[in-house]
Amino acid sequence: MSAIAAPDRVAAHLNRGGRWRPFEIAFWLAIVALIFALPSRALLINEILLAGLFALSLDLVLGYAGIVSLGQAAFFGTGAYAAGIIATLGVAEPLIGLVLASVIAGLLGLITAPLLLRGSDLTRLMVTLGVALLLGELANRNEWITGGADGLSLAAKPVLGLFPIDFTGQRNASLYSLAVLFALFVAARRLVQSPFGLSVRALKENPLRANALGVSAARRLIAIYGIAAAYAGASGALVAQTTGLVSLDVFDFHRSADVMLMLIIGGPGYLYGGLIGAAFFIALKDGVASATPEYWEFWIGLPLVVLVLVGRERIGGFIARWARRAALLAMRGAA
Amino acid sequence: MTDLLAVEKLSAGYGDARVVSGLDLRLGEGRSLAVLGRNGVGKTTLINSLIGVTTRHAGRIVFAGADLTPLSPYQRARAGLGWVPQERNIFRSLTVEENLTAVALPGAWTLERVYTMFPRLKERRRNGGGQLSGGEQQMLAVGRALMLNPRLLLLDEPTEGLAPIIVDELLAVLRRLASDDGLSMIIVEQKAHKILPFTDEAIILDRGAIVHAAPSAELRKDKSLLDAHLTASKG
Repeated sequence: MSAIAAPDRVAAHLNRGGRWRPFEIAFWLAIVALIFALPSRALLINEILLAGLFALSLDLVLGYAGIVSLGQAAFFGTGAYAAGIIATLGVAEPLIGLVLASVIAGLLGLITAPLLLRGSDLTRLMVTLGVALLLGELANRNEWITGGADGLSLAAKPVLGLFPIDFTGQRNASLYSLAVLFALFVAARRLVQSPFGLSVRALKENPLRANALGVSAARRLIAIYGIAAAYAGASGALVAQTTGLVSLDVFDFHRSADVMLMLIIGGPGYLYGGLIGAAFFIALKDGVASATPEYWEFWIGLPLVVLVLVGRERIGGFIARWARRAALLAMRGAA
Repeated sequence: MTDLLAVEKLSAGYGDARVVSGLDLRLGEGRSLAVLGRNGVGKTTLINSLIGVTTRHAGRIVFAGADLTPLSPYQRARAGLGWVPQERNIFRSLTVEENLTAVALPGAWTLERVYTMFPRLKERRRNGGGQLSGGEQQMLAVGRALMLNPRLLLLDEPTEGLAPIIVDELLAVLRRLASDDGLSMIIVEQKAHKILPFTDEAIILDRGAIVHAAPSAELRKDKSLLDAHLTASKG
């Protein structure tokens, strides 16, 4: 099985019904606990949460709609710059900036989505990549509003006037990011389980047949692409607000490539894949970069190659068997 | 009676190849039509042309007074054509219930009504499309088409590859849909004896053209005609 394919059993299980499973509740509670338990790692946790939101946006596009995109940074960057510009224009409330930035990124997604309706995966890769490059250059040229190569620095005001999210309130920043991520996750969860979401999945599986069963491919793909762009925009806006800086690298190719890696590592098509992949990718990057600053990319690449060649399910099965055996040995030891 | 469907001088096929040519066909509201013929005579192409997935070379298709020919497949489905393809094409990554919900359009056919028609689907509602038997997949394909609340149901060899007991179950449902619900339908089938008892009209195709059209009851009695056009495909 290809590693890019959805891990079938988990995806099918999670995609069924809207009931929250115990492990899902545990997953979100664990994040809250981590934020409070590791105050010194608040920056890293925030980075993971925002990368997770970014990966969630790609999951909607790739995992559910089957649109291969290497240009998700276009919307991430748009959201980041929009939030930065809105803040510099004097809109103090970060939530307003966040909503406006997401809407702007979403609109950009809706405008560019028709470019993806024709052609194969390769065409889509090139078009999405091209749009991101185009926007990056536009940001570079329009220095008067974007700050050009110097970027924009912004001092985000406290959320709701109460909770500072700048360097004085790193835990607040993580909680703010988590609250937004959770709200958008819940919305995405409802979306993919709605008739609209189901028809998008049907289109991904068999576009011709879905079309002949009354499902309009164009409208749905434009809609899901626009929604995912808004998610990416929200992620970019949160990065701008919680780091206080927006620079041209928000449009960089590596952002689109990294988020693709995160999603592939975690598995597309069940919403949690992007979050798990982001945690794995950023934690590994952080750990390996501290240990071997010069060769960290090697240690990121190696597990990825293994994952793709061996397959996620086989690795998961091996870990599960190993865990069962360890638990059995521990029980025997205790007896 | 007003025609629900009028196919006028239709020539269609795949790419440059014409599989059906100069075909004329009319079907009234609430009527059912059996399309018979050997393998490769254009039965599936006729159905595929109605839904719009072939290349149309000439002619037009009028449905409920509107010209369907410029419409895309999804617009035709929304106009009232419910298609049950030969390959069934269940969405394997979706559950039974999700398969039904994904394409649902408002109307008299609801999830509950489909489940009443096919209790087996209700039992399997949480199972993935890929976990169903052939018969269950066919039931799901019919149920999914009904969820579009169609005015005309197009069934392409619905009994193909199914166990006899499932065939009888499915045919009983189709009979109910045709007689009790008055749903218009076109059924492509090689087993004439299975569908002629409950369809109103029948046509026999040969080399992409209609070679015989008659009321089903009349054709049913004409064993020699059926043998002449269908024997090679029997067994």
